[in-house]
Amino acid sequence: MAEATLEQSDVMRTADGTPLKVSIARAMRRNKLMALALIAPLFLFILFSFLIPIVDMSFRSIDNSVIPEVLPRTVAALEDWDGQDLPPEEAFAALAADMKAGRESREIGKVATRLNYEMSGMRGTVMGSARRIAKVEEGPYKEALIDANKDWGDLATWQLLKRVSSPYTLGYYLNAVDLRYDTQGNIEAQPDFRQIYVDLFLRTFWMSILITGLTILLGYPIAHLLATLPLRYSNLLMILVLLPFWTSLLVRTTAWIVMLQSEGVLNDMLVWIGVISDDARPQLVYNKIGTIVAMTHILLPFMVLPLYSVMKTIPPSYMRAARSLGANQVTAFVKVYIPQTLSGIGAGSILVFILAIGYYITPALVGGTTGTLISNQIAYHMQQSLNWGLAAALGVILLGTVIALYFIYNRLVGIDKMKLG
Amino acid sequence: MKKTLRYTTVSLAGAVALTFAASAQAVELNVVSWGGAYTASQLKAYHQPYMEANPGVTLNSLDYSGGLAEVRAQSEAGNVTWDLVDVVVADAIRGCDEGLFMEIDHDAMLAAAPDGSPASKDFLEGTLSDCFIPQIIYSTAFAYRTDAFKGDQPKTMADVFNLEKFPGKRTLQRAPINNLEWALIADGVDASEVYDVLDTPEGVQRAFDKLDTIKDEVIWWTEGAVPAQLLADGEVVFGTGYNGRLFSAIEEEKQPLAIIWDGQVLDIDGWAIPSGGQNKDEVLKFVKYATDTQRLADQAKYISYGPARNSSLPLVGKHAELGIDMGPHMPTKYADQGFLTDFQWWADNRDELNERFEAWLQQ
Repeated sequence: MAEATLEQSDVMRTADGTPLKVSIARAMRRNKLMALALIAPLFLFILFSFLIPIVDMSFRSIDNSVIPEVLPRTVAALEDWDGQDLPPEEAFAALAADMKAGRESREIGKVATRLNYEMSGMRGTVMGSARRIAKVEEGPYKEALIDANKDWGDLATWQLLKRVSSPYTLGYYLNAVDLRYDTQGNIEAQPDFRQIYVDLFLRTFWMSILITGLTILLGYPIAHLLATLPLRYSNLLMILVLLPFWTSLLVRTTAWIVMLQSEGVLNDMLVWIGVISDDARPQLVYNKIGTIVAMTHILLPFMVLPLYSVMKTIPPSYMRAARSLGANQVTAFVKVYIPQTLSGIGAGSILVFILAIGYYITPALVGGTTGTLISNQIAYHMQQSLNWGLAAALGVILLGTVIALYFIYNRLVGIDKMKLG
Repeated sequence: MKKTLRYTTVSLAGAVALTFAASAQAVELNVVSWGGAYTASQLKAYHQPYMEANPGVTLNSLDYSGGLAEVRAQSEAGNVTWDLVDVVVADAIRGCDEGLFMEIDHDAMLAAAPDGSPASKDFLEGTLSDCFIPQIIYSTAFAYRTDAFKGDQPKTMADVFNLEKFPGKRTLQRAPINNLEWALIADGVDASEVYDVLDTPEGVQRAFDKLDTIKDEVIWWTEGAVPAQLLADGEVVFGTGYNGRLFSAIEEEKQPLAIIWDGQVLDIDGWAIPSGGQNKDEVLKFVKYATDTQRLADQAKYISYGPARNSSLPLVGKHAELGIDMGPHMPTKYADQGFLTDFQWWADNRDELNERFEAWLQQ
């Protein structure tokens, strides 16, 4: 009893007798709710327009539910099949029944499309057989199906069906890194003439790194000039840097085509000066050079602006101090000035690199064969071939690599040191 | 005061009644097409006369850049807002397989020819497919600069592949479709046998080998406006393009270009109706009107694409603005020099050949 009284008197209370802790928590909760309400619109916006679609899209890269859903009887019939010889009549009958039902519900086409990703020509096999088997009333279905399309007499077709009967697949990821399943279900390399994605990923990365490096080389002196010039000159220069931002991306890209093409402004000038002869005009666009030049130009402001904002904060007295302590101009610049701009270089690099890695329309227009990037293939599979599974797999690999690079960057440089302005 | 109030009530009730009546009648249809000169020709030939004849129907014309991504997204979200889409036949087949488009009973849903023959007989042979309502025949053909060569001018597909006789850069579409066919034709395969040859691995290899001979001289285009531009700038001496765009470069912009009809690939463009839309009956009414004999012939007044009906061909007249007789500019007039693309074959083989083509480009 005495202890309890002691405890009670220990607790600090407000004027109305509620414990101070409770009262503070109540007041804080109101603030927290207010804060949550303020960020709620942005949070919900990001959730619905960004996170959910990305998760949904990523899921497509392993989703294979269409086969078990549309061909349930076939999947069940093939469960115990050993894959050595053609399956028994029950499997043929099950496939025929699934095809008839799939034709009724108009779902069979999805199966045809899905199987065609794995083996070219399966679309025609499935659609044609489904059409013909619809007229067959009774078995034996084995002969009827093989008669409808001889592919059903081929062991490889059935091995394919068994392999894709699970609701999940790694097939899209394999395809995205130039691998595939052989008929036995082992992973093997695609034949040489179908290997494209690994090379495109590598090219995307090294070109993005190169473009980032070029923007540092070109942007650093400009940013330095901007930060040190008197205000009225630097304002004018700033407008020149920002001007491209206010011009449409397509216009800027097309302008580069006009500049660089072999009958274009640059080549005409070089011929006129006499540097090159008229019939030996170099190809400067529709290849790597075109993509690198156009993208470096378009992404330059993303490097200049963070650099400028960092350089603006470096007092000129530091350089003078270094000089007065005996360093020459170069040493002072390398040892005193550059280290202070590292955060700006880091911020600019990460901006430019991440933008470059996903760039799409500029490479499509000026890239020709050697200057297009992985994003062009992703767009192709999203819009043209409708192979969203493969597009998702390519996208997830790209996203994963960027996140991995971000963590490496964070470990090496530290993301907290990054300054955007 | 009382009187005013009563008037107000009456007029309010009247307004409400009118609104209800109007909303019961008014239908808005979202019709999606390619934009530019093509949509303009459709507006003049189909949309405007239809809306004048049916005041209750509003046709909203929307643009897209092809492909089925949007249609599939709408279908999966269960909210189909596009009532009618203008598609190339390859996409119509792909979408039909996936159940994205409504199946069409051509004879029951489309207008018969003026002489009474049913739609399935009147549309050009081989153009109909399950979910697809043909509209125009366009072709992809080569054009060349008439000022590029002295003496003999190129006339055949073999000439296009002949770098010795006709040197200079070419521009081709960055896709295997058409290019493989042309390579085989230039290599001496008859147009009627192209797909039989392509159906064998050796045939595909033969096509790629032939393409290898001009590879170094090719600029590959992906956007449809590019080839005409490259030809106009003198960047290339040969270029493939859609005949409608080539027509406007030659006749409207007076570029020194000529079309090589030999080996032209005919392709079909038309309507498909996304399944799951709210206005099926109204859409079908519009489609029946827009694909009748006279309407298809009318469209050729505004753009040089051939109508997909046999009965429309004799009705094709002069260009509405240029006053040129459009008959000689219809790709269908030169049909015997080209061939109809085998869209079923491409639907089966496109994915694999696209990868192979891209890999070949990188070599």
